[in-house]
Amino acid sequence: MGGTSSIPRWADIVLLPLLNLILAFLISGLVVLMIGENPLMAYYAIFYGAFGSGDGLGYTLYYATNFVFTGLAVAIAAHAGLFNIGAEGQAYVAGLGAILVALALDQTSVFLVVPLAILGAAAFGGMWAAIPGWLQAKRGSHIVITTIMFNFIASAAMIYVLNRFLKPAGSNGLESRVLDQTAWMPQLRLFMPGFGFSPVNLSIVLALLLLVGFYILVWHTKFGFALRTMGKNPLASRYAGMSNVKLIVITMAISGGLAGMMAINQVLGLNHRLVENFVAGAGFVGIAVALMGRNHPVGIALAALLFGVLYQGGSEMQFVMPNVNKEVVSVVQALVILFTGAMEGLFRPSLERLFAGWGGSGKAEAIARTTAGSES
Amino acid sequence: MNFSILSRLSAGAALGLLMTGTALADPGLIYDLGGKFDKSFNEAAYNGAERWKAATGGNYLDFEITDGAQREQALRRMVSQGANPIVVMSFNWGSVLPVLADEYPDVKFVVIDSVVEKPNVRSVVFDEHTGSFLVGALAALKSETGKYGFVGGMDVPLIHKFYCGYAQGVKAVRADAEVYENYTGTTPDAWNNPTVAGELAKAAYDRGAEVVFAAAGGSGLGVIQAAQDNNKFAIGVDSNQNHIAPGFVLTSMEKRVDVAVETAFTDGPDLETGLQVLGLAENGVGYSVDDNNRSLLTDEMIAQVEDYKAKIIAGEITVHNYETDSQCPL
Repeated sequence: MGGTSSIPRWADIVLLPLLNLILAFLISGLVVLMIGENPLMAYYAIFYGAFGSGDGLGYTLYYATNFVFTGLAVAIAAHAGLFNIGAEGQAYVAGLGAILVALALDQTSVFLVVPLAILGAAAFGGMWAAIPGWLQAKRGSHIVITTIMFNFIASAAMIYVLNRFLKPAGSNGLESRVLDQTAWMPQLRLFMPGFGFSPVNLSIVLALLLLVGFYILVWHTKFGFALRTMGKNPLASRYAGMSNVKLIVITMAISGGLAGMMAINQVLGLNHRLVENFVAGAGFVGIAVALMGRNHPVGIALAALLFGVLYQGGSEMQFVMPNVNKEVVSVVQALVILFTGAMEGLFRPSLERLFAGWGGSGKAEAIARTTAGSES
Repeated sequence: MNFSILSRLSAGAALGLLMTGTALADPGLIYDLGGKFDKSFNEAAYNGAERWKAATGGNYLDFEITDGAQREQALRRMVSQGANPIVVMSFNWGSVLPVLADEYPDVKFVVIDSVVEKPNVRSVVFDEHTGSFLVGALAALKSETGKYGFVGGMDVPLIHKFYCGYAQGVKAVRADAEVYENYTGTTPDAWNNPTVAGELAKAAYDRGAEVVFAAAGGSGLGVIQAAQDNNKFAIGVDSNQNHIAPGFVLTSMEKRVDVAVETAFTDGPDLETGLQVLGLAENGVGYSVDDNNRSLLTDEMIAQVEDYKAKIIAGEITVHNYETDSQCPL
């Protein structure tokens, strides 16, 4: 990704997303104005709701944790030139891996349940992504088609399992039994009461570790080099003696495993049981997060935080502004995705002209960046 | 009108005061996923709340959650804003509500479609299976083909309960009847997919069914449309849907969520808690007869169904409830 523009890297990573974000908020403001509310008040409600209280901050971080996992999942596949839009289904199936471990071991100890549940979630999520990967590598079935189809298969399969096996008899909800407290992912409020009632839990530490791990894996290992080589040019990687089949399957398995970590935040951290459709779109938000974060851990962390703010601030906006309903909140979120994701190149030509106008030295630097800046 | 400006001002003031809650002492209502205008379950609650508002001139707080994580958050916000009683919708509150009910013993909660045993909670559940039994019997009395359709929304236990009651009703009249059981999907989108629901209904009509019962929320509109297009019959659900296509909707299996919400609001903060099962006897469920479908039904049919109704209420007929054992013996 990137590397083709003639603008400085800092502008590509910071300035461009910022401009897109400002534009998205301006247009959202118009929407809020149209329904008869004050846009400034709406912005205030979003930012106060997201950061103004311990509770709010906790919820923001909790949502951001989900988006870091799904964002990393999409990003690692993107580095290999694979567009994984199945993080939604992979996280869903991973929930099954997590809950099976937790249900079996929830009488033992949190130190046993959590690591094993993480492995279970990673295994199930990874397996669910590796199948489309294998189909792509061996059979040429396009990964975009197969991963999105696997979302539907996951949904049907999970409903079947919940309905027939996991649902306690006599219960009406599509959910497993509640886990014993020993299997709960410790919530941060236990150590930091300032977080109030918010569900932010130790999964956030896992998210931070994975962000660092992602950086090391992609840029400082042999596997990461092979992965990026294939992403840039699969013919070159094959010519260099790498097995593209192996690379694709392994990358997809890692991608699915990363998406699966989202299930830990949800199943062990929040619901303490497996709930139907617990992913609730986070897999798709991950696509926007990866796109906006330029597939780089720092960008992903920031983009995930932004979407956390939008989710938590959005619900706060619904509380304090009577005319704002959940559809308006969705419109605001969609505008941000539209401008930072789908239309992220909107300002690129004008920025390029602007930086070109800086004269010889600027131009030289820009060109140097272009040739050197193929890292992102 | 005046009051809404006032409440907006007070919301603004609350914003200024670092968004601390204002004590309104109005009732509150939290819709479930699907939203306020789902043409079904949540909208019925909205209608009940609006009817209470029109009748009393009072005001209420409401909130639409968009994901499961918001349940606890929304409920705490309602409490901190002084809402009492607070009505929450759906069977998804099993883990959140008991904890919060303990934490706020002075607030009354009402949960619809679920049972939460706490001293300050009223649980309202409906006998969907008996209501569905009656519309099933009516379908079998109306059509002699021996083939009947059922289009459910999402493939979940609650909808199996509708199906199971319906199938029992059909078989009570025609023991050898066939019932085609279909669901529009396995994701929440299934509640709002009239296209697929319409196709499923058409498939049932093509196989010889003349009546299709839609227990599918917003998707049910597709079944009613298919009935109209194929000159057959549909059975509506939740609200009285007879008016949507007069002459093509045989009847509707009414589930009076609106009444449950309106009653809770009217009872106010002093409402009686405990379990409320709204069945045929309480008119919590039933089949609808009005000007739009009266000409489709003969007096004998109605007499026969009323007979079933009386027998179910008296306990002479037991309709199996799918929820008790997740089985549907036919």
